[in-house]
Amino acid sequence: MLLYLLRRILYTLPIAIGVSMVCFALIHLAPGDPLSAVIPEGASPEVIAQIKTAYGFDQPLPIQYLNWIWRAVQGDFGMSIMTRRPVLSEVGPAVVNTMILAVAAVTLGFGLGVGLGIAAGYTAGSPIDRVVTAISVSGVSVPHYWLGMVLIVIFAVNLGVLPAMGMGAQGSATFALDWVSLRHLILPAIAMSVIPAGIIARSVRGTVIEVLKQDYVQTLHAKGLPGRRVFVHVVKNAAPTVLAIMGLQLAQLLGGSILVETVFSWPGTGFLLNTAIFTRDLPILQGTILVLAMFFVAINLMVDLLQSVLDPRIKRA
Amino acid sequence: MVATTGGSITSDAPLKGRRPVSRSFWATAWRRLSQDKVALVCGSILLIILLAAIFAPFITPHDPYRTSMARRLLPIGDARHWLGTDELGRDLLTRLIYGGRMSLFMGFAPVVLATLIGGFLGIVAGYCGGAINMLIMRVTDVFYAFPSVLLAVAISGVLGAGLVNSLVSLTLVFTPPIARVAESVTTQIRNQDYVEAARATGASGWRIVFGHVLSNVTGPILIYASSMISVAIVIASGLSFLGLGVSPPNAEWGLMLNTLRQSIYVAPMNAILPGVMIFITSMSMNLISDSLRASMDVKV
Repeated sequence: MLLYLLRRILYTLPIAIGVSMVCFALIHLAPGDPLSAVIPEGASPEVIAQIKTAYGFDQPLPIQYLNWIWRAVQGDFGMSIMTRRPVLSEVGPAVVNTMILAVAAVTLGFGLGVGLGIAAGYTAGSPIDRVVTAISVSGVSVPHYWLGMVLIVIFAVNLGVLPAMGMGAQGSATFALDWVSLRHLILPAIAMSVIPAGIIARSVRGTVIEVLKQDYVQTLHAKGLPGRRVFVHVVKNAAPTVLAIMGLQLAQLLGGSILVETVFSWPGTGFLLNTAIFTRDLPILQGTILVLAMFFVAINLMVDLLQSVLDPRIKRA
Repeated sequence: MVATTGGSITSDAPLKGRRPVSRSFWATAWRRLSQDKVALVCGSILLIILLAAIFAPFITPHDPYRTSMARRLLPIGDARHWLGTDELGRDLLTRLIYGGRMSLFMGFAPVVLATLIGGFLGIVAGYCGGAINMLIMRVTDVFYAFPSVLLAVAISGVLGAGLVNSLVSLTLVFTPPIARVAESVTTQIRNQDYVEAARATGASGWRIVFGHVLSNVTGPILIYASSMISVAIVIASGLSFLGLGVSPPNAEWGLMLNTLRQSIYVAPMNAILPGVMIFITSMSMNLISDSLRASMDVKV
């Protein structure tokens, strides 16, 4: 078991290194000299030379990469071009805000998906099953940023019951556990929850049908176990797969929140990325993407490890 | 699971007094698909949108680019402009029809490119195995280790807005998963007895790849790719929604959603209209993909 866990962690390392290389390469993909993006307009030659050395652009690429990753590991992602503040102090709070939104959305999607999926799995072929299937296909097909706009039209424009933008009163960028903040969280969380809800409903339905067909479930029924005790067995067998999907969805939402965050002006990483792209703030862009991608890799690893702990069949394979 | 090709699958009950007809795998799949009502309806919807987009100038009397300050944001149901007008007074229905050109192209083109590139890489990796497999699959793993939307936004964001850049970034997003599918199926087939037998009879590597591997890999790849199209439509429109796709005044559903967003309080119905088109196309494509999967009876 321990050996499997270790091997799995070791296997992640080269991927993490590869991911960091891609993030590093991004800045060199940008059209034009990456330097021109970092140098303020009308800078004197001395300043240019100073920035050049600070960023290490005068050195060969592999050395630049090593320097960059060495500083990044220590938490130094450089300075934002626009705000002149360390990248980490911009990305940090944004990641927390995105995390709040993503966790809320996944929790919502999980509840909805599991409920619908179990209902459909137990009544496979019935009208209930068809309705759930229709809902879950819509969930994975709908452009969630558009759903966000529709929610704004219904709840903010027409009914006027929920705020359309921001995170708290007066454009606050820190989340407080109070009614005002929660009200701001509702619409974006719903908009973002439809994809996980659809995917989870679909897989729960499939797993429940699969488990109900197994011989041991027939045996449980045959020996007279009440339906609700059989249900416990169904849940036990379906849990590892569903939990894994939930983890992966959380990871996808962390990276994919940019569209919903833009619609609702939610001050998270997506919003930060959006601003960085249009102000050509490459250090922020690079830092945010690196942090999000590393989160993605880490969550994937944790899901894998958790799954192998929950489902002993995996490590034998 | 591997789809068997070439073998005769006799579906349905044979008619009385007639010899059971044996059909090829593709004929069976096509027969099942053409009897699937959902697939037929969705296919027709997509076909209508596609044909309307291609023959747009013959369908609508309006110019998609002609602005009119006097006719801004007319409501849906206007006598001359059935679906109203946008924030610059352009006919919305016309722009939705024209918008299908760019939006459908951006949904299909990256997936087609990714299927060709990813399929090639996956088959090579699966067939060659060893160091080549390691190299190709580990590089794919790295790109697979990014959340898809983030990777698309990152590359488009760095390269800058534009049709070609979006195409590049989306192709890069969809290539790794397709390569993975192709690689895993190819690896399975490579170890089948009949491939062993073919090799024993002296068949060349090319012959095995084209004769056995390709015919078996095509099914799973097509199904997987078809399920990617709906994702591509949503992400591509998302990129234009962020201002990273085609530039104004082009008609594209995501971009229209972006510019109309400013008018959400004034004309909410007009503002959400382009999203309906994205939703319908992506939903139809998803349902077609499901039917395709059922008709080929393949689990990916």
